[in-house]
Amino acid sequence: MTQNEIWIAILVGAAVSLAVRALPLTLIRKQIRNRFIRSFLYYVPYVTLAVMTFPAMIDAARHPLAGAAALAAGAAAAWLGAGLFPVAIIACVVEYLAGLI
Amino acid sequence: MNNRNRESKRLMIRNGLRDGLPIGLGYFAVAFSLGITARGAGVSPLQGWVASILNHASAGEYALYALIGARAAVWEIAAVIFVTNMRYLLMSAALSQRVSPDAGAGKRLVTGFCITDEIFGLAVARPGYVSCTYLWTAFILADLMWAGGTLCGILAGNVLPAEVVIALSVAIYGMFLAIIIPPARKNRVVAGVVTVSFLLSFGADRLLPSLSSGTRTVVLTVVIAAAAALLFPLKDEETGGEQA
Repeated sequence: MTQNEIWIAILVGAAVSLAVRALPLTLIRKQIRNRFIRSFLYYVPYVTLAVMTFPAMIDAARHPLAGAAALAAGAAAAWLGAGLFPVAIIACVVEYLAGLI
Repeated sequence: MNNRNRESKRLMIRNGLRDGLPIGLGYFAVAFSLGITARGAGVSPLQGWVASILNHASAGEYALYALIGARAAVWEIAAVIFVTNMRYLLMSAALSQRVSPDAGAGKRLVTGFCITDEIFGLAVARPGYVSCTYLWTAFILADLMWAGGTLCGILAGNVLPAEVVIALSVAIYGMFLAIIIPPARKNRVVAGVVTVSFLLSFGADRLLPSLSSGTRTVVLTVVIAAAAALLFPLKDEETGGEQA
């Protein structure tokens, strides 16, 4: 692509991203009373993040075992109450070490 | 603005910086590996920085750079970014219930722009209405580090050994775990939902490899969250900011 085409691609991507992120928040002004919709929206983030984590985490690693080790270590650390950054670092270090095997 | 308001605003900024920094550090590592992809697609450092400031989405940006590298048509880029970022539609709808009804359209638009998986995680981790000042502060810090990581990846990506780049690429999944595991520990239904999501995601990935990861995320999110909402609807006290 030429430099101009890349700029256009970036701006189109940015416009679509902004629309997707901002429209529901801007348009839905009232509190939703419907119990199903409230429950649905409550579960959405957990499902989305879980689906994006597995099996992608295993596939991103050098070999599946290293990915599984990083997943187990990260999940255990999070279970024990470690925050975002410590869990991320633990996952990286475990992947690196297990990847050496 | 009276003193108390100013004080609470300052506290929200301080909390935003505190919670935005670890997110930003993780972002830096992930964006660094994204920068390496961008470099391969012929994206300049300035273009990568601007794209990251504006898009700030790992899957969406990865798709963007891959499509630029593949010389895809503009409409294709728009469609793929829409699908890879579709989960933000759902998060944005969820967040609409957590922002005070007094907030105007401009404030809501800016808050929507700030949505990322982790910023959304911060918002849902607190009970009641979320402070926009808090979210914006955390977002600005994290977004600058995200764009800085992309920039450094484009400039210096080939300096790091491949094993280190791969290890860094796991960082984002560690952050996702840190968001979903603690609530799963507290709430059995959430734990079940996370487990089912893992299993179905794995099954869909292995059995339907032609389905893109973005589409899989959207379809499974809608199906599993709807099933959970039908089987285990929330009791009123579980809804955080919703009660009058």
